Amino acid sequence: MRLKGAQILIEELVKQGVDTVFGYPGGQVLDIYDELYKASDKINHVITAHEQGACHAADGYARATGRTGVVIATSGPGATNLVTGIANAYLDSVPLVAITGNVSINALGRDSFQEVDIVGITQPVVKHNFMVRHVQELEQTIKEAFLIANSGRKGPVLIDIPKSVQTDLCEYGIAVVPRMPDKPKVSYMKEKVLEAIRNCQKPFIYCGGGVISANAEKEVLELSHRLDAPVGLSMMGRTALPDSYEYNLGMCGMHGQYAATKAQAECDLMLAVGVRFSDRATGDINEYTRKCTVIHIDIDKAEFGKNVNSDFCLQGDVKAILQDLLSELKGVRHQEWRNEVEEFKKVVIPDRPGEFCPKNIITAVRKHTNDTTVIATDVGQHQMWTVQFYDFEAPRTLLTSGGLGTMGYGLGAAIGGCIGSGRKRTVLFTSEGSFGMNLNELCTVVSQDLPITVVILNNNVLGMVRQWQGIFYEGRYSQTTLNRKTNYAALADAFGAKGFTASTLDELEKILTETDTGDTGSYVIDCHIDQDEKVLPMIPPGKSIKNIILKD
Amino acid sequence: MKRIYSCLVENRSGVLAKVAGLFWRRCFNIDSLTVGETEDKTVSNMVIVSSGDERTLEQIEKQLNKKLDIIKVKTFDESEGITQELVLVKIRYNRDNRKDIMENCQIMGARIVDLSKSMMTIKMCDTPERVQMFLDTLKSIRIVELARTGTLAITKIKEQGDEK
Repeated sequence: MRLKGAQILIEELVKQGVDTVFGYPGGQVLDIYDELYKASDKINHVITAHEQGACHAADGYARATGRTGVVIATSGPGATNLVTGIANAYLDSVPLVAITGNVSINALGRDSFQEVDIVGITQPVVKHNFMVRHVQELEQTIKEAFLIANSGRKGPVLIDIPKSVQTDLCEYGIAVVPRMPDKPKVSYMKEKVLEAIRNCQKPFIYCGGGVISANAEKEVLELSHRLDAPVGLSMMGRTALPDSYEYNLGMCGMHGQYAATKAQAECDLMLAVGVRFSDRATGDINEYTRKCTVIHIDIDKAEFGKNVNSDFCLQGDVKAILQDLLSELKGVRHQEWRNEVEEFKKVVIPDRPGEFCPKNIITAVRKHTNDTTVIATDVGQHQMWTVQFYDFEAPRTLLTSGGLGTMGYGLGAAIGGCIGSGRKRTVLFTSEGSFGMNLNELCTVVSQDLPITVVILNNNVLGMVRQWQGIFYEGRYSQTTLNRKTNYAALADAFGAKGFTASTLDELEKILTETDTGDTGSYVIDCHIDQDEKVLPMIPPGKSIKNIILKD
Repeated sequence: MKRIYSCLVENRSGVLAKVAGLFWRRCFNIDSLTVGETEDKTVSNMVIVSSGDERTLEQIEKQLNKKLDIIKVKTFDESEGITQELVLVKIRYNRDNRKDIMENCQIMGARIVDLSKSMMTIKMCDTPERVQMFLDTLKSIRIVELARTGTLAITKIKEQGDEK
């Protein structure tokens, strides 16, 4: 069967099980969009306001579903607008396939209109990328791209397809199906590892995004039960365990829960599962593992010894390794350790005066959501508050930019997450700084009739930067007081959504009741909070739990 | 510490940039890099010499192994490999130093491959240390131009347990 390159692309996307793509048309992807038009019964294309929004949407879709997100953009500026989104997916190991058009092969390298070397530009932030130079390679390339994106340590893959390749004809259905790389056999010094686990008195499980990637949530929970070990989470590991589980201590690290970070510092054995020991999570690297033996379990060998030297490195599928360990481990109790951890839990952060604070707002919103509601965040103080105060119960219900810290990620992610979750009510917690970066995607929310509630924790300042300026720069608030006069409620109305403003808990409660309309209706709730709200506790960068700041 | 990474890579455009970019991004050093085709035209051999502490040298190997264009990485220390480097050096000579230069060439096994009344080009192919030793003997002479390949390396033959 001889097909045009663009047809091959669409046929292959369908074959890969893709039913939703995000993107934005343009000159060098006209042929792809022509084929998408013909295949609109098989693939739903969501057009956004900006390619960055499309890329974040594909990322949010992938995080919420575990399936590979797909984004399409045209050459030149379309392609460069994807870069932040691709980098974001790379840092958080999100499976993503980005497809860009480019100028025809004979126009390449001549600075043609809307030509950029997107393969070169994205090189450091992709798991892999391809430029398809001959239509004969296209089918194979797409197959490989999807395999690479969603196997091993997951990540973004970019395929750059020049226009002439989209229009050239070629036989379809001839490519070799690439084989899944064999799952590496789990081999490690099992006896030694088991001995270390059996001999410990104060076990601690540190659980990261790799656990969610590998769908190993049950195994971690079982391990925690079996070893009587408290669990601390990295931000990417948030949602791996339900917050209702009593030995889930919450997030560790710079803005983590005191008990989680303290238990991590005091344990004598740390089982680090699917984590990469980011500097935000570890703080002072020498202090970090001073008291404990570290068993590091990860699919990516390059993570071993990158930031933290571990005593045991177990490479492979996290789920398989945990099952293997569990088959050998009997249940134990560590009552003394349990008592100690209970003491850590008693250290609480004093509430600031004023009831309309982030904690109360987030708790109020939580009462109107259910356990499977997808929550997206942007980046900054509100992100930390959401991670601290929102009770997550199910995996993949939090879409947040961990590694890259992308302000402007949230709205796109919420769109992707909402569509991925079957167009169920989705909530975005954001702030006026982050929201201002990509709020144009409100038009997508409305045009797609998406049941998204945007909650703006509006303190009129760039809160996280301001907080650092307050602590480390003697209160010189350089360029962080926004003083914007934006009326977000009116703005939402102008976009065709419905906007609200709240300054008290009572007002908010009324709005939340009014907007509790199930899976229809797009809302923006602007909550005016105090500009001096801080994210606490805080461990200053490069420091340890000894330097923790607990109150204002 | 120095280490040699002999990588079999896909012989495609862009692969060199990917590998070089990896070294740049992760703050690894490249002491030298040589690339050439292998007996299989679809595969190139890239020999990279790098230096750094143990953690860095280990990370280099792991990160190289993650690159999908890299088929295989062999890592070894200088003592475990046969290393060779080629240098071409064009110098200006005079009647006073001509003899010395020629003697040094003879001692070190270098060859004169181009000659005029006032200039000569010397070729030397040897281990990196010996190449450096030879170049040091030329220090007092005016070097007009110098080109050197960087280290090419292959592991020493071990009859038993040698791969393939």
